[in-house]
Amino acid sequence: MKIVVCIKQVPDTSEVRINPETNTLIRDGVPSIINPYDLHAIEAAVRIKEEGSANVTVLTMGPPQAEDALREAVSMGADEAVLLTDRAFAGSDTWATAYTLAKAAETIGFDLIICGKQAIDGDTAQVGPEMAEFLNIPHVAYVKNIEKINGGSLIVHRLMGEGHDVVEASLPALLTVVREINEPRLPSLKGKMRAKKVEIKKLSGDDINADGSLLGLNGSPTQVKNIFAPEVKKDRKMLEGSPDEQIESLLSELKTLKCI
Amino acid sequence: MIIKVDVDVCTGCETCVDSCPHTAIVMEGDKAFINEYCQVCRICLSTCPEGAIKEIGESMQKKQDDFTAYKGVLIFAEQREGKVTQVALELLGAGRKLAEKLDCSLSAVLLGADRGEADELIKWGADTVYISSGDELRHFNDEPYAAVLTSLIKKHKPEIILAGATPIGRSFIPRVAARLSTGLTADCTSLDIDAETRDFLQIRPAFGGNIMATILCPNRRPQIATVRPRVMKKGEFDEGRTGEIIEVDASGLDSRTKVLESIKEVSEVAVNIQEADVIVAGGRGMGGPDGFKLLEELAEVLDGAVGASRAAVDEEWIPYSHQVGQTGKTVCPKVYIACGISGAVQHLVGMQSSDIIIAINKNPEAPIFNVASFGIVGDVFEVIPLLTKKIREAKGL
Repeated sequence: MKIVVCIKQVPDTSEVRINPETNTLIRDGVPSIINPYDLHAIEAAVRIKEEGSANVTVLTMGPPQAEDALREAVSMGADEAVLLTDRAFAGSDTWATAYTLAKAAETIGFDLIICGKQAIDGDTAQVGPEMAEFLNIPHVAYVKNIEKINGGSLIVHRLMGEGHDVVEASLPALLTVVREINEPRLPSLKGKMRAKKVEIKKLSGDDINADGSLLGLNGSPTQVKNIFAPEVKKDRKMLEGSPDEQIESLLSELKTLKCI
Repeated sequence: MIIKVDVDVCTGCETCVDSCPHTAIVMEGDKAFINEYCQVCRICLSTCPEGAIKEIGESMQKKQDDFTAYKGVLIFAEQREGKVTQVALELLGAGRKLAEKLDCSLSAVLLGADRGEADELIKWGADTVYISSGDELRHFNDEPYAAVLTSLIKKHKPEIILAGATPIGRSFIPRVAARLSTGLTADCTSLDIDAETRDFLQIRPAFGGNIMATILCPNRRPQIATVRPRVMKKGEFDEGRTGEIIEVDASGLDSRTKVLESIKEVSEVAVNIQEADVIVAGGRGMGGPDGFKLLEELAEVLDGAVGASRAAVDEEWIPYSHQVGQTGKTVCPKVYIACGISGAVQHLVGMQSSDIIIAINKNPEAPIFNVASFGIVGDVFEVIPLLTKKIREAKGL
């Protein structure tokens, strides 16, 4: 069985702050990490490999430094690593990203694709299901358990807000996974050694037979018009005095507003 | 199209360097230079005080098609166990405002429910409801849902489509957008229309929820957005309102996925947190699980629920079911008490529509104070127990 895991290198957004004066992101010292949900996708694939037999290829689209993320995935147990990198990919929205990843997955070949449920920088959760549509395969989103894989199909549990559904999907298929599915392992020493040496295969738009007009900014239906800092509430009141006095004035305000 | 620095104008102030989320701007000598890591996100364009950063080449695709055939706002009305969900009514409220600005009609698609529910949608503001009551649509399944919605869109050509950013909407709407070769914007917190171009302005948190972005889909139709539950206000309910209900044939649907079983697990926490009048929430500043015990005590005297920021959940101080924010629950209680939460946008979008927000944080510069009705700068470990004690006294407990 051939498994492709799609990962994304993201800035550790919990470290990103905004400068209120210049309205820009402060990225000083913000590390790049593998999107945390994708670690669970890698783990899920490696477990399938360990339980039966599978070849795990980890795939990412990004600038050359995304190679670091691929090496980390290999250190966790992925067999092969593919970096989709091309100036033509710059500015891709979810649609163009899904198209590009789908073309790459077709080139690599697969029985199963596993993605994290969403990336923490964009939080859209769209690329996985869009990719499945481009590949004309079924998908199951929010998977928290892969119950079994047999022959031509698999049975998974997907979160539905108020409970879960047990879903059977025919292969080839795409899954997006949530944190609850597993606990990602730490890289082993052997894995780290392999990751250092592994050859990272690089693919460009031409290598995946992509239609150039559907790539990057030009292939993206959505565009960012502008960015701005969130609004500041006008009527805020900072309470003053000792903690005791502050709480007294808070309670009297709340009483006036009939909150308590 | 590329983004370039005009070296004749650049003063070398380095303001743009830190603005780039892709670290694509570097200094070469005393001038800024944009290297191959640029993802054309345009964030730097507005940061240069000299206006030295420019878009070179054809900036946008030209509108290739005539969009006059596309008219109307369509919402996907999600049902669970045959009942229309609250988010559907919220979408009708948001959709009605857009329809008024565009001077067009508002319709809804309802799959797998009975006609009585379609009547409800009309009373809540829909002009037309497309309904298919087929058994295979009773329970959510991606491919049949995507197939029926796509064919309705192709036939009726709405210019805007709204769906709930729920496990259902977030799973199958991307398939619809991919199939229609059009844009989809996730988790919008505000929606508007550009009066001049009629373009749909879709506002959402970006870059991990640290900043807001306005997204456009200028050259394709329809324009599709998802909206999280409890973000928009429901429209007006009018018992006497009338509209048209149109039955849709949905026979011969194929699916390569099959729902074998559906297990309901209602998390008491999730229900509590979304229905509580008072939420006491904690973030990284609570220091650990012990800090959350203080919050539980305060929540108990207020008959409230305990919430948390993503930071606290990531630290595993409290389960995910308590998480408030873009990647957790959206809440709008009467009183929200944010304790030791700095206030990243990703958290703010999940709670800022609360009636009264009380922020307690030791850092007076914390962004949480920007949305607070009342702010207390202080040590949570001192302020919270004191607050609990005083409320207990006031209530005579």
